[in-house]
Amino acid sequence: MQTQTVKIVVTGPFNAGKTELIRSVSEIEVVNTEKKVTSESEKVKNSTTVAMDFGRITVDNDLVLFLFGTPGQKRFDFMWEILSEGMLGFIVLVDSTRPETFREARGILETFRAYAPTPYIVVANKQDLTDAWSLEDIRVALRLDSAIKLLPCTAKKKSSVKTVLLELLYAILEELDSAKS
Amino acid sequence: MALKGNLSDFSIIQLLNLITLAKKTGALYIESSSKSARLIFREGKLVYATAGMDAMPLIKIMARSKLIPSSMAASLSERYRSLNDMELGITLINSGYLTQDQIFTGITDFFKDIIRGLFTLTDGLFHFEAEEPPPLTSIPLRMTLEDIIIEGSRQAHEHEDLKSEIPSLDVALKFAERPGVNIRDINLNAEEWRVISYVSPKNSIKQIAVVAKLNDFQIRRVVYNLLQAGLVELIRLNNPAAPAPPRMIPARNPVEQRNLVNRVIDRIKTI
Ligand SMILES: Nc1nc2c(ncn2[C@@H]2O[C@H](COP(=O)(O)OP(=O)(O)O)[C@@H](O)[C@H]2O)c(=O)[nH]1
Ligand SMILES: [Mg+2]
Repeated sequence: MQTQTVKIVVTGPFNAGKTELIRSVSEIEVVNTEKKVTSESEKVKNSTTVAMDFGRITVDNDLVLFLFGTPGQKRFDFMWEILSEGMLGFIVLVDSTRPETFREARGILETFRAYAPTPYIVVANKQDLTDAWSLEDIRVALRLDSAIKLLPCTAKKKSSVKTVLLELLYAILEELDSAKS
Repeated sequence: MALKGNLSDFSIIQLLNLITLAKKTGALYIESSSKSARLIFREGKLVYATAGMDAMPLIKIMARSKLIPSSMAASLSERYRSLNDMELGITLINSGYLTQDQIFTGITDFFKDIIRGLFTLTDGLFHFEAEEPPPLTSIPLRMTLEDIIIEGSRQAHEHEDLKSEIPSLDVALKFAERPGVNIRDINLNAEEWRVISYVSPKNSIKQIAVVAKLNDFQIRRVVYNLLQAGLVELIRLNNPAAPAPPRMIPARNPVEQRNLVNRVIDRIKTI
């Protein structure tokens, strides 16, 4: 029996907390590629260099969960195809303190959903900060249907990230059940 | 004298070099177990190329170079179904979709990729049919081969170096327990990301290459970069008997998938 791998993808605007979220739960040091975009490497082969995070959780002997953090911008759309293969579901992360990014988050959500018709949840990050918007307001601002899970999160806290991951996994189970009936 | 033989004795790069230097006119046929191609030359310049049995339609060639949005390709093919490549090229130019330069660029990219796909062939038959012309309706273009020959020889050297670093592809990869200090500064490209998803002691590099759709040269280069970055280590294959490539779920079977999701849930609960 070979190792199987499953993916959960975390997407959202720049600075939403994707790297932080993955770092909170990954058992390996999170590989992050967005720091080094030197002019040298830019010149050589920028077309294929992607800013992304990569974390891992060993489930058991035969199963590994990968967490991929990816900016949702259009110019990376060649990555989504790769990412959506074997993807269980995805998380759209928004920074609750920066309403100016909500529109972008909405756009990312729509594009990603078009690529990967898998279950997803929306996560309002940085709820520990005093100027964080409330969930109700974020739901309206993002024009989220009431059927879509929107969860509060503080990506710096492992327990909070754990809850978020579980909620996504439950949404995936629900989807499997509804597909059956 | 007929030009024919085996790629194990005469590499594709050597052939292209010969055709260029001798300014040959005619068709070079390549047939290996994994690939076939037909390259047509006029006085040492490439004028036409097909991979496999069939020629790729011009619209598709333009779409793969992103000169035509793939969303439009289908409707254009449908609309201009009755036109041959030459007529279609003229129509696309006249109707302002593309310039002549763009059409040449798209075709040149396509031809180069066909040739690149042949670089790694180490076995297979070739024969050259002197004076065989390209199809009458093909777009008239002449591509010099110098650049691609240089690229190919460079790659051949690099491949030799990589082979000495990673002689066997029947080994597996695992993540380094303590990755290199500069792990945060790694710049991974799309190929590398794809390979990373399959890193496991139970997957051979060869199996990873198959699912990641990379040839021997490409997979060696990716693995070499990941090794250099200290992200992975080479290890003996844990499960050498298993012939199948690693599987990415979601599995089609919902029972199996529910089982997988439940295992992930149980694990996450212990965090
Ligand atoms: N207060 C607070 N700060 C956070 C939280 N999550 C992330 N940050 C901070 O927000 C900034 C951007 O986070 P990062 O993970 O790099 O965002 P990314 O661009 O989506 O990867 C960093 O300075 C983080 O430390 C959170 O839950 N609470
Ligand atoms: Mg980040």
